[in-house]
Amino acid sequence: MSTFRIFDIAGSALSAQSVRLNATASNLANANNVAGSPEDVYRAREPVFSVATDAQGEVAGVRVMDVQTATAEPQKLYQPGHPLADGEGYVYAPSVNVVEEMVNMISAQRSYQSNVEVFNTVKDLTMRTLTLGK
Amino acid sequence: MSDALFGIHAKALSLGRARMDVLAANIANADTPQYLAKDLDFAQALKTEFASASNLVTTSSQHLALGGNAAGGSAAEVWRTPLQPSADGNTVDVQIEQSQFAEAALKYQASLNFLDSRVRSLMTAITGQ
Repeated sequence: MSTFRIFDIAGSALSAQSVRLNATASNLANANNVAGSPEDVYRAREPVFSVATDAQGEVAGVRVMDVQTATAEPQKLYQPGHPLADGEGYVYAPSVNVVEEMVNMISAQRSYQSNVEVFNTVKDLTMRTLTLGK
Repeated sequence: MSDALFGIHAKALSLGRARMDVLAANIANADTPQYLAKDLDFAQALKTEFASASNLVTTSSQHLALGGNAAGGSAAEVWRTPLQPSADGNTVDVQIEQSQFAEAALKYQASLNFLDSRVRSLMTAITGQ
């Protein structure tokens, strides 16, 4: 029903932004997670958004199309004393850019806030419409 | 009937809702690559709405229907011109969308107030108190 479509739109944005926040949290949490070989290293996740359309082809919010893993090469660190070090004394750290992740986090947070604001405004207006003439 | 009772505000309410739909979609897609921001030309939409509703009445099955639709006239949708185009092709400027949304919400509220007092005065007329 078109009257409450706006809740779907704002709701889809909230869930998409929380996926983005989750990915950022995961990237930051694993930023210092070293591994013994380049294949085992954690790779940064990044969600890709796309426009969601309804059956009539109208814009019906946003959806997470894909969660991509970063292709950047892991960093090679020389730490012979490390228990996970390979034969040559190297460990491999994920190439997570912490500054980039923080910026992503702030951006996702702001977007989330905007959509909560939309949600609340429309909720108030809808409640007032429902109590029209009382 | 409802036109005579509530005038422009009944239509303004549904169009205002349609416009807030469009603006909410813009805000929701603020981070979507290649998304082009839209807006509803309110005056144009209202004009279309009235033209299709009041002036032209089809009295024969062979008359052609006018294009206006009840959902809010997607014919009046216009693309937003970005002030600062971003590298990913997204043309949503969140500040503009937020201010437009606030304006749309306020106008919706104004229409609600008019409708509310109209309903109240009708109730007074009906109950005679």
